[in-house]
Amino acid sequence: MEAATYRRGSESRQGGPHPPRLPRLPGRPGARPAARRARTRPSGWTAISGAGYDQTVKRILMDSTAWLGRSATDVAGGFGRFGAFAARAGRSLPDTRTWLRLLGEQMTRIGVDSLPIGVFIATFTGIVLALQASYTFTGAVPLYFVGALVQKTMIMELGPVLVGLALAGRVGANIAAEIGSMRVTEQIDALETLAYNPYAYLVVPRLIAGTLMFPVVVAFADVTGILAGWVTALNLLDMTSAEFVKGLRLFFEPFDVRFSLIKASSFGFAVAAIGCYFGFHTRGGAEGVGKATTSAVVVSSMVILVLDAFWAAALL
Amino acid sequence: MSIELRGIHKAFGPKRVLTGVDLDVREGETMAIIGYSGTGKSVLLKTVVGLLEPDRGTVDVDGERVGEMTHEELTVLRRRIGYVFQFAALFDSMTIAENVAMGLARMPDVGRDEIDERVARSLAAVGLEGYGDRLPSELSGGQKKRAGLARAIAIRPKYLLYDEPTTGLDPVTTTVIDELIRKMDEELGVTSVVITHDMTSAGRIADRIAMLYDGTIRWVGTPDEMAATDDRVVRAFVEGRPDLAEEAA
Repeated sequence: MEAATYRRGSESRQGGPHPPRLPRLPGRPGARPAARRARTRPSGWTAISGAGYDQTVKRILMDSTAWLGRSATDVAGGFGRFGAFAARAGRSLPDTRTWLRLLGEQMTRIGVDSLPIGVFIATFTGIVLALQASYTFTGAVPLYFVGALVQKTMIMELGPVLVGLALAGRVGANIAAEIGSMRVTEQIDALETLAYNPYAYLVVPRLIAGTLMFPVVVAFADVTGILAGWVTALNLLDMTSAEFVKGLRLFFEPFDVRFSLIKASSFGFAVAAIGCYFGFHTRGGAEGVGKATTSAVVVSSMVILVLDAFWAAALL
Repeated sequence: MSIELRGIHKAFGPKRVLTGVDLDVREGETMAIIGYSGTGKSVLLKTVVGLLEPDRGTVDVDGERVGEMTHEELTVLRRRIGYVFQFAALFDSMTIAENVAMGLARMPDVGRDEIDERVARSLAAVGLEGYGDRLPSELSGGQKKRAGLARAIAIRPKYLLYDEPTTGLDPVTTTVIDELIRKMDEELGVTSVVITHDMTSAGRIADRIAMLYDGTIRWVGTPDEMAATDDRVVRAFVEGRPDLAEEAA
C-alpha cells in the first residue's frame, strides 16, 4: 500500500512559496474528484508518497537527532560552566575583607525589602486556604481541621514555595539585571583592574544574603498566612479561636518549621546563584541583559520546584 | 622593555582576532595602537592586564609573565596599572569620589585621610574639582572619561592603558583629553598605551604608533615616520582612503 503523508502545499513544489489558491466553486469545471479531495487536507495540504516520504522521515529524524545532540551539549556545557562559576565563588569565600562589608546591604535588599511581597502573598494564601478547607470539610470532617490544614500547608509547602517563586522574580531578576548591566558596561572588568576579586565583591555577598534571608522572609510569610487563615476562620467560617487553635496544634511538629526554613534557605541560595551566574555570563547590550534576566527567573523557578520535590523525598 | 608581547593569538569561537602579535612598549614612552574597528585592539590591551588570556603567546610586564601569575601576583601587578575604559566603566551606584577611591581602598598602607587627599588631587588633575559628590549619570561623556582617568591615576600607576579615550567625543573635548594624556605622561612619568583610531589624537599624544592589521602588527614607527611611510595599508588608514585599502588588500 502506498504510504502517504502531508506537508504544506507551498513547501511541496520546487520554486518555493506561491500565492494562495482561489477557492473552487461547487460544480466548477476542473474541480478535483471527491475521492482525491478526501485524501487531501483542506487549506493547501497536499500528499507526498514513496521515496519522498522516506526522505522526509529521514530528514526529520536527522534534524531531531542533531537538535537533541546540540541541546544535550548545551545543557552539559551549561552545567560545566555553572560548576566552574560555583567553584570560583567558593574559592572567594576567604576574601572576607571584600565581601563582609557588602553583606549588610545585600541582606537588606534581598531580605528586608522582600518582606512586603512575602507578607502580601501569605495573607491571601492563608485566606484562600481557610476558605477552601472549610468548603472541602463541610459535613465530613470537623471544622477545627481548618486550622490544621492552614498550618501544615502554609509551613510545609505554600509558604516557602510561593514566596520562593515570587522572590525568584524579584530577587533573581534584580541580581541578573544588575550584574548583567555591570558586565556589558565593563564595570566587572573595571573591578578586576582595580585589584578586586569580582566573585568576592558581587557573588559571595549575594549568595550568603540569599541563603540567610529567604528563611526570614518565609518565616514571616508562614506566620502571616496562619494569622490570615485564623482571622478568616473567625470572621467568615463561624469558627472560634479555640477551635482554630485546636486544629493548629493537632498536627504541629517542630520539624515542620525546620523543613520550611531548610527549603527556603536552599531556594535563596539557588535564586542568588542562578541570578549571579546569568548576570556574569551576559553578552551583548540591553538585549543580552534582558535575556539574562529572563533566563535567571525561568531557571530559578524551575530549580525551586525541583528542590521542593528533592527535600520532600529526602526529609519526609 | 617594560611591556613585551610575543606571538599573541586570540580567537573567539571560529573568529581569529589576533594571529601572532609581537610588540614592545619601552619604559616612559606613549605607544598608540591604531587599527580598523573590530581588529582586536581592545582585546590586545586586555591581555596586558590579564582580563583576557591569549590562546597562545606571552605577555611580560616588567619581566614578569602575566599568564603564569597567581591571583595574588596578578593583584599586585594591577596595582601598578591604571586602565581607562572606552566608556569609562564608572560604578553607577557610587559617587565620582567613591569611584576614584575604589582602587585606593585596595592599596596596603593607604589610610582614610590619604585616600581623601588622593581623590581630591586626582579629580583636580583632570579638572573635576567639586564633582566628587555627583553620580556618573550626572556627568557628560567627556566628564565621565575624565573621571575614569582620575580613577586610574589615583593609584599612582607605573602604566596607563587607555581604551579609545576619545571615541564619541566632540573635537574640543577630544583635545582636552589628549592634553590630559600628555600631562599625565609628563607629570607622572608613566608608560602609556593608547588604543585609538583617531589619527589626529595619535599624532598629538604618541611617541610611537603601531598599526594592528589582520591580526598582527603591520607597522611601528614615530608619527613623523608614519607620515612618510610607503606602506599602502598604513597610508590608506591614515589618509582615510578606501581605494588604497582595497588596492593593498
